[in-house]
Amino acid sequence: MTVTNVPPQVKTAEKTSAKVAIGVASAAFLSSGIGTLVIGLLTTGAVLSEGLKNALNWWNPAGPLSGKTGVGVIAWLVSWAILHTIWKDKEMDFNKVFMVTLILIGLGFILTFPPVFEAFE
Amino acid sequence: MSMTARELWTVIHGMGLGAIFLLAFAGGLAGLYSLRPEWVTVVGMRERMRRLDVGTWVMAVAAWLTVITGTYIVYPWYRAAPPEGLADLSDYPRSLLLSIPNLSAWHTFGMEWKEHVAWFSPILATAVAFIVWRYGDQIAENPKLRNALIILFILAFSAAGIAGLFGAFITKAAPLM
Repeated sequence: MTVTNVPPQVKTAEKTSAKVAIGVASAAFLSSGIGTLVIGLLTTGAVLSEGLKNALNWWNPAGPLSGKTGVGVIAWLVSWAILHTIWKDKEMDFNKVFMVTLILIGLGFILTFPPVFEAFE
Repeated sequence: MSMTARELWTVIHGMGLGAIFLLAFAGGLAGLYSLRPEWVTVVGMRERMRRLDVGTWVMAVAAWLTVITGTYIVYPWYRAAPPEGLADLSDYPRSLLLSIPNLSAWHTFGMEWKEHVAWFSPILATAVAFIVWRYGDQIAENPKLRNALIILFILAFSAAGIAGLFGAFITKAAPLM
């Protein structure tokens, strides 16, 4: 059995995939943060507003959870489609986009945390 | 030995899909962490990318199936309102938990958090799977992107972990039968 070591320059030369702009990943990251934040906002919002809670009751057996998560998923997909269209060929400041994404996800976690939204009851 | 339809769906939702999710997460995390050009040959990179691609998509699909079966099949049984004046609430887990003061927090804290935060997992896992599929071996050359993917992947797992843990405890306190 022979083992062939591939020199680093050959490794680089063999890579064939076309370079994808960081805007594609930025759009996927930020939109996921938007989706989670919207679920968090609606979770707390449904506690604050009886009208919103009723409006989110898309399917009675599952109650307002169906609307909260449904709107969250729609917000995620729509924002992803828009951001992807705008950013797909752009080289972004990825660090900034990622930090904003983490903040949005963090807020989403906080707003779904029962002691937080129960404080508004 | 027999199972009711409710018990079967609870097992599919919690244990079946949960086990697939956990396995895919472990493999995906190891794959992302070791995705470094200095550690992998060209041939190794191609083979690893195929596995990582499949693993992250399996995790995302398992997460979607888990939240969809949970919200639209298992949860309606859990939250169903019992008929007026019913004394035995064992078929109505939400009402049963709320009727016992030292168990009510399993609903007011556990289920209330679990049912919402669980939906973070498929959204975050899908973003990771999409980026792995779209960028392929370019992730290995971009440590910032790789590290960001690992963090998002762990957050997806954490959301599912919170949901899974509370799901197991709630099922123990008030099983769906």
